[in-house]
Amino acid sequence: MTGTLAALGAGLAVIGAGIGIGNIGAKAMDAIARQPEAVGDIRSNMILMAALIEGAALIAIILSIFVK
Amino acid sequence: MRRILVSLLCLVALAIALPAQSHQEGAEHSANQEETHGEGGHDCACHEDEAYDPGASAFHHISDANVFHIAGEIYLPLPCILYAPGQGLSVFLSNKFHFHEHGNGAYAVDGYVLNHGEVMRVAQAGFPMEGEVAIECFTETHTEDGKTINQVIYEGQCYNLDKKTSYDGGIMGGGVTSFYDFSVTKNVFTMLLTFVLLFFLLRAAAKGYQTNDGKAPKGIQAFIEPVFLFIRDEVAIPFLGAKYERYLPYLMSIFFFILGLNLIGQLPIFPGSGNVTGNLSVTAVLAVIAFVVVNLSGNKNYWQHIFNMPGVPGWIKIILTPVELLGIFIKPLTLMLRLFANITAGHIVIIIFVSLIFIFGKAGESIGGSALGGVMAVPLTMFMMSIELLVAFIQAFVFCILTASYIGAAVEEHHEHH
Repeated sequence: MTGTLAALGAGLAVIGAGIGIGNIGAKAMDAIARQPEAVGDIRSNMILMAALIEGAALIAIILSIFVK
Repeated sequence: MRRILVSLLCLVALAIALPAQSHQEGAEHSANQEETHGEGGHDCACHEDEAYDPGASAFHHISDANVFHIAGEIYLPLPCILYAPGQGLSVFLSNKFHFHEHGNGAYAVDGYVLNHGEVMRVAQAGFPMEGEVAIECFTETHTEDGKTINQVIYEGQCYNLDKKTSYDGGIMGGGVTSFYDFSVTKNVFTMLLTFVLLFFLLRAAAKGYQTNDGKAPKGIQAFIEPVFLFIRDEVAIPFLGAKYERYLPYLMSIFFFILGLNLIGQLPIFPGSGNVTGNLSVTAVLAVIAFVVVNLSGNKNYWQHIFNMPGVPGWIKIILTPVELLGIFIKPLTLMLRLFANITAGHIVIIIFVSLIFIFGKAGESIGGSALGGVMAVPLTMFMMSIELLVAFIQAFVFCILTASYIGAAVEEHHEHH
C-alpha cells in the first residue's frame, strides 16, 4: 500500500515539475522570439530556473523511491 | 594550472575523508550484532532457481563494486583494504576471493566474502574468521519485517552476512556495518583514472599557450579553450562579477571533474562503466565542498539577509529567519540530489531497456523473444544514450552555474532593493 502511495507521490511531483518547466520553456521561447539578440542570457537563465524546479521534483522522487 | 591542481587535490582528500567519517554509529550496531551472533549457522543447501529480476539487476549494475568486471569471466582485481574492530586490518587483492560467475567469490578471506562484486563480512559465530576457506554459494533470507539478509553457505550451513559498507547511512539500503571498507573500489578506480586523464588533458592545453604563443590554438588546446571560455564568460563573470578570478579554479575543477566522470560513466566497456556521479556519497562530497566554499566566502550582507532581513517587519522575520537558515542546507542538498538522481535515473533506464532482451526471452528460453527484445532494445538504448550524453554536459554545467550563483549571492557587496 505504501508502495502505491509512493508511486502516486512520484507521479504528482513529476506533474508539478512538468508544468513548471513547460512554462519556463514557453516563456523563454517567447522572449527569444522578441529579442533574438538576448538568446545567450535567456538560455542560461532558462537552464538555471529549470534546474531549480527540477531540484524540488527530484527530492520528492528520491523520497518516494526509498519509502518502503 | 597550480591552482587547478590544488583544487583537484582537495577533491581527492575530501572524497577519501567522507567515507571514513560516516561510520561513527558503529557502536550502536554492535548491540544489534549480539543477537545474530548467538548461535552458529543452520542447515542450508544451494539452489539455482533465480528468476530474472530487472530491478535487482539494475541496482547491481549501478552500484559500486570491489572488482572491475570487464567481460564474461574476465575480471580486474582491485585492492581491498578492510578493517574490522577487534580483528584488525586485512589488505589483499580481490582476486584472492577467486571470482566466478556474477562476481561472486569462491573463497572467503579472513571472514570476508565477495557477493555480487561487493565485499561483505560474515556476522555469525562458527565461521572460520582467519585465512582462506572455500565456500559453496550465496543465498538470501527475508526477515519478518521485510528486510533481506544475505547468507553464505559453508559446509552445508548458512551464515548471515553483514551488508556491504555504505557511506549514506543506509539510505540506499546498505545499513551500518561491523567493518570498514577503505578499498580502492570500482568508483575510486574510475575517479583516479579521471584525475590522471584530466591532469594530462589540461596540462597539454596549458602548455599550448607557451608553445603556440601569439598563434591560433592547436590540438587539445583548441578543444579545451572554448569550453573553458564558455564557463568563464557565461557562468563565472555574470554571477561573480569582479571577484570571479578567485573562484574560477574551483568552478573549473568541479565542471571538468563532473563532466569527465559523467562521460567516462557513459562508456559501457572497460575503463568506463563506473557510476561515480550517480553515487550518493560522491555527490555528497561535492555538495559539502560547495557548502563550505559558499559559507566561508559569505560576507556581512549575506549573513544579514539570513538572520535579519532588512526592510521586513519584525514579525515576518520570525518566519523568514528559520526558512533562510534551512535554505543554507537545502541548497547543497539539492545540488547533491540533482546530480545523483539525473545520472542514476539515466543509467537505470538504459539497463531496463537492455533487460527487455531477457524479459522477452524468458532468460534464454525463447530465442524468438530474445530477438524481438533485442530489436526493441537497441534503438531505445541508443536514443537514451544520446539523451544521457546531453545530460552529462547539462548536469556538469548546472552544478557549476548553481554553485556560482550561490557564491555570487554570498559575496555580493550591496543589494539593490526592488
